[in-house]
Amino acid sequence: MNIYDTLIIGAGMSGLAAGIRLAMFDQKVCILERHKVPGGLNSYYERKGRKLDVGLHAMTNFARRGERGRPLTKLLKQLRIPYEKLELSQQNFSKILFPDNSISFSNDPQLLIEEIERNFPQQKDNFARLLKLVTDFDDVNLNNKQQSAKKKVREIISDERLLEMIFCPLLIYGSAWENDMDFSQFVIMFKSIYLEGFSRPKNGVRTIINLLLEKFTQLGGELRLGTGVKTIDVEKGAVAGVTLDSGEKIQSSRILSSIGLPETMSIVSEGRESAVVGNMSFTETILFFDKKPGDKEIKETIIFYNENDKYDYKRPQTLYDYRSAVICFPNNFVCDDYEEGIIRVTFIANSEKWNELDKKTYLQNKQEVRDKALALVARLFPEFQANLLYHDVFTPITITRFTGHFDGAVYGTTQKARDGRTGIKNLFICGTDQGFLGIVGAMLSGISMANLHCLMKGEKA
Amino acid sequence: MDEKAVRQKIIDIIAEIAIDEDLSNLDDNVKLRDQLDLDSMDFLDVVMELKKRYKIEVPTEDYPKLATLKSCIEYLGPSFH
Ligand SMILES: Cc1cc2nc3c(=O)[nH]c(=O)nc-3n(C[C@H](O)[C@H](O)[C@H](O)COP(=O)(O)OP(=O)(O)OC[C@H]3O[C@@H](n4cnc5c(N)ncnc54)[C@H](O)[C@@H]3O)c2cc1C
Repeated sequence: MNIYDTLIIGAGMSGLAAGIRLAMFDQKVCILERHKVPGGLNSYYERKGRKLDVGLHAMTNFARRGERGRPLTKLLKQLRIPYEKLELSQQNFSKILFPDNSISFSNDPQLLIEEIERNFPQQKDNFARLLKLVTDFDDVNLNNKQQSAKKKVREIISDERLLEMIFCPLLIYGSAWENDMDFSQFVIMFKSIYLEGFSRPKNGVRTIINLLLEKFTQLGGELRLGTGVKTIDVEKGAVAGVTLDSGEKIQSSRILSSIGLPETMSIVSEGRESAVVGNMSFTETILFFDKKPGDKEIKETIIFYNENDKYDYKRPQTLYDYRSAVICFPNNFVCDDYEEGIIRVTFIANSEKWNELDKKTYLQNKQEVRDKALALVARLFPEFQANLLYHDVFTPITITRFTGHFDGAVYGTTQKARDGRTGIKNLFICGTDQGFLGIVGAMLSGISMANLHCLMKGEKA
Repeated sequence: MDEKAVRQKIIDIIAEIAIDEDLSNLDDNVKLRDQLDLDSMDFLDVVMELKKRYKIEVPTEDYPKLATLKSCIEYLGPSFH
Protein backbone atom coordinates (compact mmCIF):
# COMPACT_ATOMS: atom_id res chain seq x y z
CA MET A 1 0.00 0.00 0.00
CA ASN A 2 1.15 3.51 -0.86
CA ILE A 3 1.92 5.81 2.03
CA TYR A 4 2.24 9.49 1.19
CA ASP A 5 3.94 12.30 3.06
CA THR A 6 1.11 14.61 1.99
CA LEU A 7 -2.11 14.14 0.06
CA ILE A 8 -3.62 17.19 -1.58
CA ILE A 9 -7.33 17.29 -2.30
CA GLY A 10 -8.19 19.31 -5.41
CA ALA A 11 -6.11 20.23 -8.47
CA GLY A 12 -7.15 23.90 -8.64
CA MET A 13 -4.61 26.70 -8.57
CA SER A 14 -3.86 26.29 -4.86
CA GLY A 15 -3.58 22.50 -4.86
CA LEU A 16 -1.26 22.48 -7.86
CA ALA A 17 0.98 25.21 -6.41
CA ALA A 18 1.17 23.42 -3.05
CA GLY A 19 1.98 20.17 -4.84
CA ILE A 20 4.91 21.75 -6.65
CA ARG A 21 6.42 22.99 -3.40
CA LEU A 22 6.21 19.57 -1.78
CA ALA A 23 7.47 17.63 -4.78
CA MET A 24 10.34 20.11 -5.08
CA PHE A 25 11.60 19.05 -1.68
CA ASP A 26 11.22 15.35 -2.31
CA GLN A 27 8.01 14.65 -0.49
CA LYS A 28 5.96 11.76 -1.72
CA VAL A 29 2.88 13.72 -2.72
CA CYS A 30 -0.29 12.96 -4.64
CA ILE A 31 -3.02 15.36 -5.78
CA LEU A 32 -6.50 13.87 -5.93
CA GLU A 33 -8.98 15.61 -8.24
CA ARG A 34 -12.56 14.53 -8.77
CA HIS A 35 -12.97 16.23 -12.12
CA LYS A 36 -11.38 14.92 -15.34
CA VAL A 37 -9.68 18.26 -15.98
CA PRO A 38 -7.53 20.23 -13.53
CA GLY A 39 -8.05 23.93 -12.74
CA GLY A 40 -11.12 23.95 -10.49
CA LEU A 41 -12.84 27.34 -10.42
CA ASN A 42 -10.47 28.47 -13.11
CA SER A 43 -10.46 25.55 -15.47
CA TYR A 44 -11.17 25.41 -19.20
CA TYR A 45 -13.34 23.58 -21.68
CA GLU A 46 -14.04 23.36 -25.36
CA ARG A 47 -17.34 23.69 -27.22
CA LYS A 48 -17.87 23.63 -30.97
CA GLY A 49 -14.17 24.10 -31.55
CA ARG A 50 -14.07 27.17 -29.32
CA LYS A 51 -11.78 27.33 -26.33
CA LEU A 52 -13.45 28.67 -23.21
CA ASP A 53 -12.02 29.59 -19.85
CA VAL A 54 -14.29 28.94 -16.87
CA GLY A 55 -13.26 31.89 -14.83
CA LEU A 56 -10.53 33.97 -16.32
CA HIS A 57 -11.36 37.60 -16.85
CA ALA A 58 -7.90 38.77 -16.00
CA MET A 59 -5.06 37.91 -13.76
CA THR A 60 -4.68 40.44 -10.96
CA ASN A 61 -1.31 41.44 -9.46
CA PHE A 62 0.45 42.41 -12.68
CA ALA A 63 4.22 42.81 -12.22
CA ARG A 64 7.05 43.42 -14.64
CA ARG A 65 9.83 40.87 -14.94
CA GLY A 66 11.94 40.85 -11.79
CA GLU A 67 9.91 43.63 -10.14
CA ARG A 68 10.71 43.34 -6.45
CA GLY A 69 8.42 42.44 -3.61
CA ARG A 70 5.40 41.79 -5.83
CA PRO A 71 3.16 38.78 -5.08
CA LEU A 72 3.41 37.54 -8.68
CA THR A 73 7.22 37.67 -8.71
CA LYS A 74 7.29 35.95 -5.32
CA LEU A 75 5.09 33.13 -6.38
CA LEU A 76 6.92 32.48 -9.65
CA LYS A 77 10.15 32.35 -7.69
CA GLN A 78 8.74 29.91 -5.19
CA LEU A 79 7.47 27.70 -8.02
CA ARG A 80 10.65 28.25 -10.05
CA ILE A 81 8.71 29.13 -13.15
CA PRO A 82 10.37 31.76 -15.33
CA TYR A 83 8.35 34.96 -15.77
CA GLU A 84 8.54 34.82 -19.59
CA LYS A 85 6.65 31.54 -19.68
CA LEU A 86 3.40 33.29 -18.77
CA GLU A 87 3.68 35.62 -21.78
CA LEU A 88 1.62 38.22 -19.96
CA SER A 89 -0.21 40.84 -21.91
CA GLN A 90 -1.40 43.96 -20.07
CA GLN A 91 -4.90 45.43 -20.00
CA ASN A 92 -5.72 48.59 -21.91
CA PHE A 93 -7.63 50.12 -19.02
CA SER A 94 -10.70 49.30 -16.97
CA LYS A 95 -13.61 51.34 -15.74
CA ILE A 96 -15.94 51.59 -12.76
CA LEU A 97 -19.21 52.79 -14.22
CA PHE A 98 -21.87 54.24 -11.89
CA PRO A 99 -24.91 56.37 -12.84
CA ASP A 100 -23.31 59.81 -12.51
CA ASN A 101 -19.64 59.00 -12.45
CA SER A 102 -17.01 56.82 -13.98
CA ILE A 103 -13.50 56.09 -12.79
CA SER A 104 -10.94 54.53 -15.12
CA PHE A 105 -7.83 52.75 -13.94
CA SER A 106 -4.96 50.90 -15.55
CA ASN A 107 -1.74 49.22 -14.49
CA ASP A 108 -0.34 52.67 -13.80
CA PRO A 109 -1.89 53.88 -10.50
CA GLN A 110 -1.43 57.47 -11.65
CA LEU A 111 -4.51 57.17 -13.88
CA LEU A 112 -6.67 56.21 -10.90
CA ILE A 113 -5.33 59.10 -8.84
CA GLU A 114 -6.08 61.57 -11.66
CA GLU A 115 -9.53 60.14 -12.25
CA ILE A 116 -10.45 60.49 -8.59
CA GLU A 117 -9.12 64.02 -8.58
CA ARG A 118 -11.24 64.82 -11.63
CA ASN A 119 -14.47 63.27 -10.32
CA PHE A 120 -14.11 63.86 -6.61
CA PRO A 121 -11.79 66.87 -6.22
CA GLN A 122 -12.69 67.23 -2.55
CA GLN A 123 -11.52 63.70 -1.83
CA LYS A 124 -8.07 64.14 -3.33
CA ASP A 125 -6.20 64.35 -0.03
CA ASN A 126 -8.34 61.69 1.59
CA PHE A 127 -7.56 59.31 -1.23
CA ALA A 128 -3.85 60.02 -0.81
CA ARG A 129 -4.26 59.10 2.87
CA LEU A 130 -6.03 55.89 1.93
CA LEU A 131 -3.21 55.01 -0.46
CA LYS A 132 -0.69 55.50 2.31
CA LEU A 133 -2.68 53.36 4.73
CA VAL A 134 -2.92 50.59 2.14
CA THR A 135 0.75 50.60 1.15
CA ASP A 136 1.92 50.59 4.77
CA PHE A 137 -0.36 47.75 5.88
CA ASP A 138 0.97 44.22 6.37
CA ASP A 139 -1.92 42.57 4.56
CA VAL A 140 -0.67 39.00 4.33
CA ASN A 141 0.16 38.60 8.01
CA LEU A 142 -1.71 35.45 9.00
CA ASN A 143 -2.38 36.82 12.49
CA ASN A 144 -4.31 39.92 11.43
CA LYS A 145 -7.56 40.40 13.30
CA GLN A 146 -10.75 40.52 11.26
CA GLN A 147 -12.25 44.00 10.93
CA SER A 148 -14.77 45.75 8.69
CA ALA A 149 -13.07 47.40 5.72
CA LYS A 150 -15.98 49.77 5.07
CA LYS A 151 -15.83 51.06 8.61
CA LYS A 152 -12.11 51.71 8.35
CA VAL A 153 -12.23 53.28 4.88
CA ARG A 154 -15.21 55.45 5.88
CA GLU A 155 -12.97 57.09 8.50
CA ILE A 156 -10.88 58.40 5.60
CA ILE A 157 -13.11 58.72 2.52
CA SER A 158 -16.00 61.02 3.45
CA ASP A 159 -17.93 60.83 0.16
CA GLU A 160 -20.06 57.71 0.22
CA ARG A 161 -20.38 57.67 -3.59
CA LEU A 162 -16.62 57.40 -4.00
CA LEU A 163 -16.42 54.77 -1.28
CA GLU A 164 -18.99 52.62 -3.10
CA MET A 165 -17.09 52.96 -6.35
CA ILE A 166 -13.76 52.02 -4.78
CA PHE A 167 -15.29 48.95 -3.17
CA CYS A 168 -17.18 47.69 -6.22
CA PRO A 169 -14.38 45.85 -8.11
CA LEU A 170 -12.75 44.71 -4.87
CA LEU A 171 -15.94 43.11 -3.57
CA ILE A 172 -16.92 41.29 -6.71
CA TYR A 173 -13.39 40.08 -7.39
CA GLY A 174 -12.84 38.65 -3.96
CA SER A 175 -15.26 39.04 -1.10
CA ALA A 176 -17.08 36.17 0.57
CA TRP A 177 -18.84 38.71 2.78
CA GLU A 178 -21.90 40.62 1.63
CA ASN A 179 -21.49 44.38 1.13
CA ASP A 180 -18.22 44.49 3.04
CA MET A 181 -14.95 42.66 3.39
CA ASP A 182 -12.27 42.02 5.92
CA PHE A 183 -9.81 44.93 5.97
CA SER A 184 -6.79 42.70 5.24
CA GLN A 185 -8.63 41.30 2.24
CA PHE A 186 -9.50 44.85 1.17
CA VAL A 187 -5.82 45.80 1.20
CA ILE A 188 -4.79 42.65 -0.68
CA MET A 189 -7.43 43.30 -3.34
CA PHE A 190 -6.71 47.05 -3.51
CA LYS A 191 -3.04 46.41 -4.23
CA SER A 192 -3.71 43.57 -6.62
CA ILE A 193 -6.25 45.51 -8.73
CA TYR A 194 -5.54 49.24 -8.37
CA LEU A 195 -1.81 49.35 -7.71
CA GLU A 196 -0.62 46.31 -9.70
CA GLY A 197 -3.43 45.72 -12.17
CA PHE A 198 -4.70 43.28 -14.78
CA SER A 199 -2.99 41.16 -17.37
CA ARG A 200 -3.69 37.98 -19.27
CA PRO A 201 -1.41 35.07 -20.04
CA LYS A 202 -1.19 34.16 -23.71
CA ASN A 203 -3.90 31.58 -24.48
CA GLY A 204 -5.57 32.22 -21.15
CA VAL A 205 -5.78 29.97 -18.17
CA ARG A 206 -4.55 26.89 -20.08
CA THR A 207 -1.08 28.39 -20.06
CA ILE A 208 -1.01 28.66 -16.27
CA ILE A 209 -2.47 25.23 -15.66
CA ASN A 210 -0.11 23.59 -18.15
CA LEU A 211 2.91 25.28 -16.58
CA LEU A 212 1.85 24.10 -13.12
CA LEU A 213 1.15 20.55 -14.32
CA GLU A 214 4.42 20.31 -16.21
CA LYS A 215 6.42 21.48 -13.21
CA PHE A 216 4.60 19.20 -10.80
CA THR A 217 5.07 16.05 -12.86
CA GLN A 218 8.69 16.92 -13.72
CA LEU A 219 9.41 17.02 -10.01
CA GLY A 220 7.94 13.58 -9.55
CA GLY A 221 4.53 14.56 -8.17
CA GLU A 222 1.58 12.30 -8.82
CA LEU A 223 -1.77 13.59 -10.07
CA ARG A 224 -4.88 11.45 -10.18
CA LEU A 225 -7.73 12.95 -12.19
CA GLY A 226 -11.25 11.56 -12.02
CA THR A 227 -10.46 10.58 -8.45
CA GLY A 228 -12.82 12.04 -5.87
CA VAL A 229 -12.25 11.84 -2.14
CA LYS A 230 -15.31 10.43 -0.39
CA THR A 231 -14.07 10.69 3.19
CA ILE A 232 -11.09 12.02 5.05
CA ASP A 233 -10.33 9.30 7.55
CA VAL A 234 -9.51 10.58 11.01
CA GLU A 235 -8.44 8.36 13.85
CA LYS A 236 -8.22 9.68 17.41
CA GLY A 237 -8.29 13.28 16.24
CA ALA A 238 -5.50 12.90 13.67
CA VAL A 239 -5.47 12.30 9.92
CA ALA A 240 -4.91 8.71 8.79
CA GLY A 241 -5.72 8.89 5.09
CA VAL A 242 -8.64 9.08 2.68
CA THR A 243 -11.24 6.83 1.13
CA LEU A 244 -11.93 7.51 -2.54
CA ASP A 245 -15.30 7.48 -4.32
CA SER A 246 -14.24 4.08 -5.70
CA GLY A 247 -13.78 2.71 -2.18
CA GLU A 248 -9.99 2.59 -2.48
CA LYS A 249 -8.14 3.73 0.64
CA ILE A 250 -4.93 5.75 0.62
CA GLN A 251 -2.78 6.30 3.69
CA SER A 252 -1.17 9.59 4.52
CA SER A 253 -0.26 11.30 7.73
CA ARG A 254 -0.97 14.75 6.35
CA ILE A 255 -3.69 16.25 4.17
CA LEU A 256 -3.90 19.64 2.53
CA SER A 257 -7.42 20.29 1.30
CA SER A 258 -8.28 22.98 -1.26
CA ILE A 259 -11.96 22.11 -1.64
CA GLY A 260 -13.25 24.66 0.90
CA LEU A 261 -13.66 24.58 4.67
CA PRO A 262 -17.33 23.47 4.98
CA GLU A 263 -16.76 21.06 2.08
CA THR A 264 -13.73 19.57 3.82
CA MET A 265 -15.42 19.28 7.20
CA SER A 266 -18.43 17.57 5.60
CA ILE A 267 -16.29 14.62 4.49
CA VAL A 268 -14.28 14.21 7.68
CA SER A 269 -15.07 10.85 9.26
CA GLU A 270 -15.01 12.02 12.86
CA GLY A 271 -14.88 15.19 14.95
CA ARG A 272 -16.34 17.48 12.34
CA GLU A 273 -17.15 21.08 13.08
CA SER A 274 -18.90 23.00 10.35
CA ALA A 275 -18.24 26.45 8.97
CA VAL A 276 -21.00 28.49 7.33
CA VAL A 277 -21.39 28.26 3.57
CA GLY A 278 -20.86 31.56 1.75
CA ASN A 279 -23.71 33.41 0.06
CA MET A 280 -21.97 34.83 -2.97
CA SER A 281 -22.44 33.13 -6.28
CA PHE A 282 -22.65 34.26 -9.88
CA THR A 283 -23.87 33.58 -13.36
CA GLU A 284 -21.37 33.95 -16.18
CA THR A 285 -22.35 34.53 -19.79
CA ILE A 286 -19.75 34.12 -22.51
CA LEU A 287 -20.75 35.67 -25.83
CA PHE A 288 -18.96 35.13 -29.15
CA PHE A 289 -19.52 37.68 -31.93
CA ASP A 290 -18.55 38.08 -35.58
CA LYS A 291 -16.98 41.46 -34.78
CA LYS A 292 -14.52 42.58 -32.16
CA PRO A 293 -15.49 45.30 -29.68
CA GLY A 294 -12.20 47.07 -30.45
CA ASP A 295 -13.33 47.61 -34.05
CA LYS A 296 -16.00 49.91 -32.66
CA GLU A 297 -13.55 51.78 -30.48
CA ILE A 298 -14.58 49.92 -27.34
CA LYS A 299 -11.19 49.76 -25.66
CA GLU A 300 -12.01 48.96 -22.04
CA THR A 301 -10.70 45.64 -20.74
CA ILE A 302 -13.12 45.26 -17.83
CA ILE A 303 -16.12 47.35 -16.84
CA PHE A 304 -17.56 47.24 -13.34
CA TYR A 305 -21.07 48.39 -13.95
CA ASN A 306 -23.65 49.47 -11.37
CA GLU A 307 -27.04 51.12 -11.89
CA ASN A 308 -27.32 52.89 -8.52
CA ASP A 309 -25.16 55.09 -6.33
CA LYS A 310 -25.02 52.28 -3.84
CA TYR A 311 -23.51 48.98 -4.87
CA ASP A 312 -25.60 46.06 -3.65
CA TYR A 313 -23.12 43.24 -3.31
CA LYS A 314 -25.27 40.60 -1.71
CA ARG A 315 -27.26 37.49 -2.49
CA PRO A 316 -30.29 38.77 -4.42
CA GLN A 317 -33.90 37.84 -3.65
CA THR A 318 -34.24 36.86 -7.30
CA LEU A 319 -32.35 34.30 -9.40
CA TYR A 320 -29.83 36.95 -10.38
CA ASP A 321 -29.32 40.67 -10.10
CA TYR A 322 -28.84 42.46 -13.40
CA ARG A 323 -28.62 45.92 -11.82
CA SER A 324 -24.89 45.42 -11.57
CA ALA A 325 -22.42 43.42 -13.64
CA VAL A 326 -18.83 42.80 -14.56
CA ILE A 327 -18.33 43.06 -18.31
CA CYS A 328 -15.06 41.68 -19.56
CA PHE A 329 -13.58 42.12 -23.03
CA PRO A 330 -10.89 39.43 -23.40
CA ASN A 331 -9.87 40.85 -26.81
CA ASN A 332 -8.85 44.11 -25.16
CA PHE A 333 -5.47 43.19 -23.79
CA VAL A 334 -2.36 44.38 -25.60
CA CYS A 335 -2.21 41.04 -27.42
CA ASP A 336 -5.45 39.52 -28.60
CA ASP A 337 -5.52 35.70 -28.74
CA TYR A 338 -8.89 35.38 -30.36
CA GLU A 339 -10.23 35.26 -33.91
CA GLU A 340 -13.72 36.29 -32.82
CA GLY A 341 -15.09 39.03 -30.62
CA ILE A 342 -15.82 37.93 -27.07
CA ILE A 343 -17.70 39.57 -24.24
CA ARG A 344 -18.19 38.01 -20.80
CA VAL A 345 -20.88 39.23 -18.42
CA THR A 346 -21.07 38.30 -14.73
CA PHE A 347 -24.19 38.83 -12.59
CA ILE A 348 -24.53 38.19 -8.87
CA ALA A 349 -26.84 35.18 -8.37
CA ASN A 350 -28.80 33.32 -5.73
CA SER A 351 -27.86 29.64 -5.72
CA GLU A 352 -30.83 28.56 -3.60
CA LYS A 353 -33.27 29.98 -6.12
CA TRP A 354 -31.48 28.25 -9.01
CA ASN A 355 -31.64 25.00 -7.07
CA GLU A 356 -35.43 25.15 -6.84
CA LEU A 357 -35.96 25.15 -10.62
CA ASP A 358 -37.01 22.14 -12.65
CA LYS A 359 -35.02 21.31 -15.77
CA LYS A 360 -37.24 23.24 -18.17
CA THR A 361 -37.42 26.48 -16.17
CA TYR A 362 -33.71 26.19 -15.48
CA LEU A 363 -32.95 26.21 -19.19
CA GLN A 364 -35.40 29.04 -19.83
CA ASN A 365 -33.77 31.14 -17.15
CA LYS A 366 -30.32 30.51 -18.58
CA GLN A 367 -31.64 31.93 -21.86
CA GLU A 368 -32.93 34.94 -19.96
CA VAL A 369 -29.55 35.52 -18.35
CA ARG A 370 -28.04 35.57 -21.84
CA ASP A 371 -30.71 38.00 -23.04
CA LYS A 372 -30.11 40.32 -20.09
CA ALA A 373 -26.38 40.22 -20.78
CA LEU A 374 -26.94 41.04 -24.47
CA ALA A 375 -29.35 43.83 -23.54
CA LEU A 376 -26.82 45.36 -21.17
CA VAL A 377 -24.11 45.31 -23.82
CA ALA A 378 -26.52 46.85 -26.35
CA ARG A 379 -27.51 49.58 -23.92
CA LEU A 380 -23.96 50.52 -22.97
CA PHE A 381 -22.57 50.18 -26.50
CA PRO A 382 -25.33 50.87 -29.03
CA GLU A 383 -22.65 51.29 -31.71
CA PHE A 384 -21.60 47.65 -31.33
CA GLN A 385 -23.74 45.94 -33.97
CA ALA A 386 -22.57 42.36 -34.30
CA ASN A 387 -24.03 38.90 -34.78
CA LEU A 388 -23.96 36.46 -31.94
CA LEU A 389 -22.16 33.32 -33.14
CA TYR A 390 -22.16 31.25 -30.01
CA HIS A 391 -22.77 31.60 -26.31
CA ASP A 392 -22.55 29.70 -23.08
CA VAL A 393 -24.06 30.50 -19.71
CA PHE A 394 -23.13 28.99 -16.41
CA THR A 395 -24.95 29.28 -13.13
CA PRO A 396 -24.35 28.52 -9.43
CA ILE A 397 -25.52 24.97 -10.21
CA THR A 398 -22.78 24.58 -12.81
CA ILE A 399 -20.16 25.82 -10.37
CA THR A 400 -21.21 23.30 -7.72
CA ARG A 401 -21.37 20.48 -10.24
CA PHE A 402 -17.86 21.04 -11.55
CA THR A 403 -15.99 22.25 -8.48
CA GLY A 404 -17.92 20.84 -5.52
CA HIS A 405 -18.21 24.25 -3.83
CA PHE A 406 -21.44 24.21 -1.81
CA ASP A 407 -24.06 26.68 -3.06
CA GLY A 408 -21.75 27.67 -5.92
CA ALA A 409 -19.99 29.93 -3.41
CA VAL A 410 -17.10 31.09 -5.57
CA TYR A 411 -15.39 32.95 -2.71
CA GLY A 412 -16.13 30.30 -0.11
CA THR A 413 -17.09 30.73 3.51
CA THR A 414 -17.03 33.99 5.47
CA GLN A 415 -15.18 32.18 8.27
CA LYS A 416 -11.73 31.83 6.74
CA ALA A 417 -9.08 29.59 8.28
CA ARG A 418 -6.29 32.11 7.76
CA ASP A 419 -3.60 29.97 9.37
CA GLY A 420 -4.90 26.89 7.51
CA ARG A 421 -5.72 24.94 10.67
CA THR A 422 -8.92 22.92 10.99
CA GLY A 423 -8.90 21.66 14.57
CA ILE A 424 -7.99 18.21 13.29
CA LYS A 425 -4.37 17.24 13.61
CA ASN A 426 -2.51 17.28 10.27
CA LEU A 427 -5.54 18.37 8.25
CA PHE A 428 -4.93 21.78 6.71
CA ILE A 429 -6.84 24.08 4.36
CA CYS A 430 -5.39 25.95 1.40
CA GLY A 431 -6.91 28.10 -1.34
CA THR A 432 -10.22 29.92 -1.24
CA ASP A 433 -11.09 29.21 2.39
CA GLN A 434 -7.64 29.91 3.75
CA GLY A 435 -8.48 33.38 2.52
CA PHE A 436 -6.23 34.27 -0.42
CA LEU A 437 -8.44 34.43 -3.48
CA GLY A 438 -8.25 34.68 -7.23
CA ILE A 439 -5.68 32.97 -9.40
CA VAL A 440 -2.61 34.61 -7.91
CA GLY A 441 -4.05 34.52 -4.39
CA ALA A 442 -4.93 30.83 -4.58
CA MET A 443 -1.45 29.93 -5.80
CA LEU A 444 0.13 31.99 -3.01
CA SER A 445 -2.13 30.29 -0.52
CA GLY A 446 -1.06 26.85 -1.70
CA ILE A 447 2.58 27.86 -1.47
CA SER A 448 2.38 29.42 1.97
CA MET A 449 0.32 26.62 3.51
CA ALA A 450 2.67 23.99 2.05
CA ASN A 451 5.67 25.89 3.43
CA LEU A 452 4.14 26.48 6.84
CA HIS A 453 2.53 23.14 7.57
CA CYS A 454 4.33 20.61 5.40
CA LEU A 455 7.89 21.85 4.92
CA MET A 456 8.94 24.05 7.82
CA LYS A 457 8.32 21.98 10.91
CA GLY A 458 7.39 18.45 10.06
CA GLU A 459 9.34 18.17 6.81
CA LYS A 460 9.16 14.50 5.98
CA ALA A 461 6.24 13.08 7.90
CA MET B 1 36.82 22.02 -0.02
CA ASP B 2 38.24 25.46 -0.73
CA GLU B 3 36.36 28.70 -0.27
CA LYS B 4 35.90 29.23 -3.96
CA ALA B 5 34.19 25.88 -4.39
CA VAL B 6 31.91 26.49 -1.41
CA ARG B 7 31.05 29.93 -2.79
CA GLN B 8 30.14 28.40 -6.13
CA LYS B 9 27.89 25.80 -4.51
CA ILE B 10 26.01 28.52 -2.66
CA ILE B 11 25.68 30.61 -5.81
CA ASP B 12 24.33 27.58 -7.67
CA ILE B 13 21.59 27.23 -5.09
CA ILE B 14 20.70 30.91 -5.24
CA ALA B 15 20.67 30.75 -9.04
CA GLU B 16 18.07 28.04 -8.94
CA ILE B 17 15.88 29.96 -6.50
CA ALA B 18 16.22 33.44 -7.97
CA ILE B 19 15.80 32.41 -11.59
CA ASP B 20 15.25 35.89 -12.94
CA GLU B 21 18.30 37.51 -11.30
CA ASP B 22 21.80 38.31 -12.50
CA LEU B 23 24.34 36.81 -10.07
CA SER B 24 27.55 37.73 -11.84
CA ASN B 25 28.39 40.77 -9.70
CA LEU B 26 27.54 39.74 -6.16
CA ASP B 27 29.47 41.46 -3.38
CA ASP B 28 30.46 38.92 -0.72
CA ASN B 29 30.25 41.46 2.09
CA VAL B 30 26.84 42.92 1.36
CA LYS B 31 23.63 41.28 2.57
CA LEU B 32 22.15 39.01 -0.08
CA ARG B 33 18.72 40.44 0.70
CA ASP B 34 19.95 43.91 -0.25
CA GLN B 35 21.40 42.78 -3.56
CA LEU B 36 18.71 40.36 -4.64
CA ASP B 37 14.96 40.04 -4.34
CA LEU B 38 15.09 37.39 -1.62
CA ASP B 39 12.62 37.29 1.24
CA SER B 40 12.23 34.94 4.18
CA MET B 41 10.37 32.40 2.05
CA ASP B 42 13.36 32.28 -0.27
CA PHE B 43 15.83 31.84 2.59
CA LEU B 44 13.77 28.86 3.63
CA ASP B 45 14.43 27.50 0.15
CA VAL B 46 18.17 28.02 0.51
CA VAL B 47 18.04 26.03 3.74
CA MET B 48 15.98 23.28 2.16
CA GLU B 49 18.23 23.06 -0.89
CA LEU B 50 21.24 22.68 1.43
CA LYS B 51 19.51 19.79 3.08
CA LYS B 52 18.30 18.23 -0.16
CA ARG B 53 21.63 18.48 -1.98
CA TYR B 54 24.25 18.14 0.76
CA LYS B 55 22.34 16.87 3.81
CA ILE B 56 23.38 20.01 5.66
CA GLU B 57 20.88 21.04 8.36
CA VAL B 58 20.64 24.68 9.35
CA PRO B 59 18.66 25.25 12.57
CA THR B 60 16.30 28.25 12.58
CA GLU B 61 18.43 30.18 15.07
CA ASP B 62 21.35 30.06 12.62
CA TYR B 63 19.46 31.61 9.67
CA PRO B 64 21.09 35.03 10.33
CA LYS B 65 24.43 33.40 9.51
CA LEU B 66 23.29 33.08 5.92
CA ALA B 67 22.98 36.86 5.49
CA THR B 68 26.00 37.53 3.24
CA LEU B 69 28.00 35.31 0.91
CA LYS B 70 31.00 35.75 3.23
CA SER B 71 29.08 34.64 6.31
CA CYS B 72 27.58 31.74 4.35
CA ILE B 73 31.05 30.54 3.36
CA GLU B 74 32.33 30.83 6.96
CA TYR B 75 29.32 29.11 8.45
CA LEU B 76 28.78 26.40 5.85
CA GLY B 77 32.42 25.80 4.86
CA PRO B 78 33.14 23.19 7.56
CA SER B 79 29.99 21.26 6.65
CA PHE B 80 31.19 20.67 3.08
CA HIS B 81 33.95 18.15 3.75
C1 LIG C 1 -16.84 32.92 -13.08
C2 LIG C 1 -15.54 33.10 -12.36
C3 LIG C 1 -14.67 34.11 -12.75
C4 LIG C 1 -13.44 34.28 -12.11
N1 LIG C 1 -12.60 35.24 -12.58
C5 LIG C 1 -11.37 35.37 -12.05
C6 LIG C 1 -10.46 36.28 -12.62
O1 LIG C 1 -10.73 36.92 -13.62
N2 LIG C 1 -9.24 36.42 -12.04
C7 LIG C 1 -8.90 35.71 -10.93
O2 LIG C 1 -7.78 35.87 -10.45
N3 LIG C 1 -9.76 34.83 -10.37
C8 LIG C 1 -10.98 34.64 -10.91
N4 LIG C 1 -11.85 33.75 -10.35
C9 LIG C 1 -11.51 33.15 -9.05
C10 LIG C 1 -10.50 32.04 -9.15
O3 LIG C 1 -10.88 31.17 -10.19
C11 LIG C 1 -10.48 31.23 -7.84
O4 LIG C 1 -10.33 32.11 -6.75
C12 LIG C 1 -9.35 30.22 -7.78
O5 LIG C 1 -9.30 29.49 -8.98
C13 LIG C 1 -9.56 29.29 -6.57
O6 LIG C 1 -8.66 28.22 -6.58
P1 LIG C 1 -8.65 27.14 -5.40
O7 LIG C 1 -7.49 26.27 -5.65
O8 LIG C 1 -8.73 27.83 -4.10
O9 LIG C 1 -10.01 26.32 -5.48
P2 LIG C 1 -10.67 25.40 -6.61
O10 LIG C 1 -10.31 25.91 -7.94
O11 LIG C 1 -12.10 25.32 -6.28
O12 LIG C 1 -10.00 23.97 -6.42
C14 LIG C 1 -10.61 22.93 -5.73
C15 LIG C 1 -10.56 21.65 -6.54
O13 LIG C 1 -10.97 20.56 -5.73
C16 LIG C 1 -11.74 19.65 -6.50
N5 LIG C 1 -12.57 18.87 -5.56
C17 LIG C 1 -13.65 19.29 -4.87
N6 LIG C 1 -14.11 18.31 -4.06
C18 LIG C 1 -13.29 17.24 -4.25
C19 LIG C 1 -13.23 15.92 -3.67
N7 LIG C 1 -14.08 15.52 -2.72
N8 LIG C 1 -12.24 15.09 -4.11
C20 LIG C 1 -11.34 15.48 -5.05
N9 LIG C 1 -11.36 16.71 -5.60
C21 LIG C 1 -12.32 17.59 -5.21
C22 LIG C 1 -12.52 20.54 -7.44
O14 LIG C 1 -12.93 19.80 -8.57
C23 LIG C 1 -11.48 21.63 -7.76
O15 LIG C 1 -10.72 21.29 -8.90
C24 LIG C 1 -13.09 33.49 -11.00
C25 LIG C 1 -13.96 32.46 -10.60
C26 LIG C 1 -15.16 32.26 -11.29
C27 LIG C 1 -16.04 31.10 -10.87
